[in-house]
Amino acid sequence: METRVYQKENNLNVWKLLKASVSDMFSSRFLATQLAVRDIKAQYRQSYLGIIWVFITPLTTAFIWIFLNSSGTIRLTDTGVPYPVYAFSGTLLWAIIKESINTPIGSTNSARSIITKINFPKEALIVSGVFKLLFNSSVKILLLIIFIFVYGIGFHWSLLWLPLTVLAAVVFGITIGLFLTPIGMLYRDIEKLINFTLGFLMYATPVVYAIPASGIMKTIMVWNPFTPFILTTRDLALGLHPEYLTYYAVLLICCIPLLSLGLVFYRISIPIIVERMSA
Amino acid sequence: MGNVIEIKNSLSQISHNESEEEVLVNVESLSKKFCKDLKTSLWYGVKDLVTGISGNKNERELRPKEFWAVKDISFKLRRGECLGLIGHNGAGKSTLLKILNGLINPDAGKVTVNGRVGALIELGAGFNPILTGRENIYNNGAVLGFTRKEISEKFDEIVAFAELEEFIDMPVQHYSSGMKVRLGFAIAAQMEPDVLIIDEVLAVGDVGFKIKCYNKISEISTKCAMIFVSHSMPQIARICTDCILMTHGVPKLFFGDVGKAIEAYDSSFSNREQINTISDFFSVSEIKVNGETVLNDNKQIQINFGDSVNVYFELSFFKEYNFEDILFSLVVTDKSQRAIAIAEKQFKAKNKMNNGVFSFNAHLEEMNLTGSVYSLTLNVVEFKSNGLRNVLGRVLYFAELLVQGKKQESYAPIVLNSTWK
Repeated sequence: METRVYQKENNLNVWKLLKASVSDMFSSRFLATQLAVRDIKAQYRQSYLGIIWVFITPLTTAFIWIFLNSSGTIRLTDTGVPYPVYAFSGTLLWAIIKESINTPIGSTNSARSIITKINFPKEALIVSGVFKLLFNSSVKILLLIIFIFVYGIGFHWSLLWLPLTVLAAVVFGITIGLFLTPIGMLYRDIEKLINFTLGFLMYATPVVYAIPASGIMKTIMVWNPFTPFILTTRDLALGLHPEYLTYYAVLLICCIPLLSLGLVFYRISIPIIVERMSA
Repeated sequence: MGNVIEIKNSLSQISHNESEEEVLVNVESLSKKFCKDLKTSLWYGVKDLVTGISGNKNERELRPKEFWAVKDISFKLRRGECLGLIGHNGAGKSTLLKILNGLINPDAGKVTVNGRVGALIELGAGFNPILTGRENIYNNGAVLGFTRKEISEKFDEIVAFAELEEFIDMPVQHYSSGMKVRLGFAIAAQMEPDVLIIDEVLAVGDVGFKIKCYNKISEISTKCAMIFVSHSMPQIARICTDCILMTHGVPKLFFGDVGKAIEAYDSSFSNREQINTISDFFSVSEIKVNGETVLNDNKQIQINFGDSVNVYFELSFFKEYNFEDILFSLVVTDKSQRAIAIAEKQFKAKNKMNNGVFSFNAHLEEMNLTGSVYSLTLNVVEFKSNGLRNVLGRVLYFAELLVQGKKQESYAPIVLNSTWK
């Protein structure tokens, strides 16, 4: 029979916590799927436009930039590929990363009513968030692939990397999101601050324009950790040679221990947060 | 040979029974603090997050604006036992349940829980209003830890128990609150927990369903250790074997004596009912209970189990109506204002009325009430010869009876005179 002990001291063995976290994730896969399906169904049942909402924001952002560029309102440096594809791929990928960062906090927040009442593996919330994210992202990727063919770039073998690089971007976003979740559950400011910051950060990332050849903006954009995720994914999808592979690899390698730490932190934090939430 | 085997079997049965009495819940000097102020509470939350990373093994002391919601509580619970948690609002009952359920961590002490824990804290938590009952059964089941296969197997049973066959494919947002609770309970009742935690969940729902639920709970409770929070003393009396009375987080244990716990709970409410005469026809000029005048303050009358009570009334009627038959009802109510006993008498008004003053003496014999606090109320009704009924008035809570009860193994307010053979 399973024995549980609750006391004030937290078990601080990171390995044990991580193992428990991963095994909870595995054992609660049905719950995670169920929650994801519930949310996706509920989202579309009360809507006529349904799935369109998943990509309408990135599309409109891209359209604005395409229009600004083609009408000559602004002059952008040559991106090496048809600009619409560049803009679409940028905004779609950016939307995926943005959603990934918001996912842990969002799915934990929306489960407030159950985490204060029922003891279940909270990791299921993260996993269900990832499922929803992957569902939404696959719609966006499909759209991106359509653009790639419509604009005559056509098929490249490196296109097959796309799911993996998108997954890497998701992992990157989730890692950031996990560390912000506990504090974000306490203060509503965090969620607003995230979106506010990301709104600015988009312009310091080669989303709708390329990295300039020189200047302060170049330094910022080169060091911006979001840059390699956008660029590598786009380069591979469009059949270009990826430039920031080293930085990309370093970030990815950092992501794995950080993601584990994030999960452990999340696991320790939940009881502390539940204590501060209303019933 | 056959005999030997039989003896062995019965021996193994005995040891099996003993192992069933293992301690499932062990609570050792548990304490938990809470913060009164939201902003401060959130800030402490941030601090706790930071100290949480380093383990926070320090002794926890009260910080400004904090108080002990649960203070130094210890008990053991075995299979088949049911612990009732009673106390005023905010006494720390729900906090204790949350710790036992593993939702929050204690600030001192330790809880050891063996086996699967089932909690009926809020039924249907996590129902999505847009989705149908069918879909919500799967979702809620998943949250409670069932697998898809288990839910599919139990699906028909759940729907049948909830009596929602017709509405199972309707969005839950169109369910009445009672229907939601029914569905929530039906799903949760499928759990086979070793430890069951129930927090006053059945406040909604019609009587028929409540009875069904309590029967189900009784059925489950024999197989598990149960912790039951309720403000309904009859339910506590019916289900629990032990009781903890909590007052501002401080527990008082009543193990094996639920009646005493209920008595202590009832008398913990100091606000007494005030005498309240509601009548357009009369005023009260004298009330005596056991010879003591209680007219101006509803004095507490102490009696022992089985004593008789003498009530004397003088009512001054305002006008010389031509009253016909007047019926007096003396009603005994318990602390939750439920009428539990009654004595009635009808008089011909013209025989007893003297200058508008009506007096009577009622001798209530053998008050076989278990120890608690009870109130007395008088209802006055006139019956006319043409069959009309005319409510003349009520004298509410004119006396409070503090009964020193005799101990019963099970709790019920009235003990019957009985002959056994």
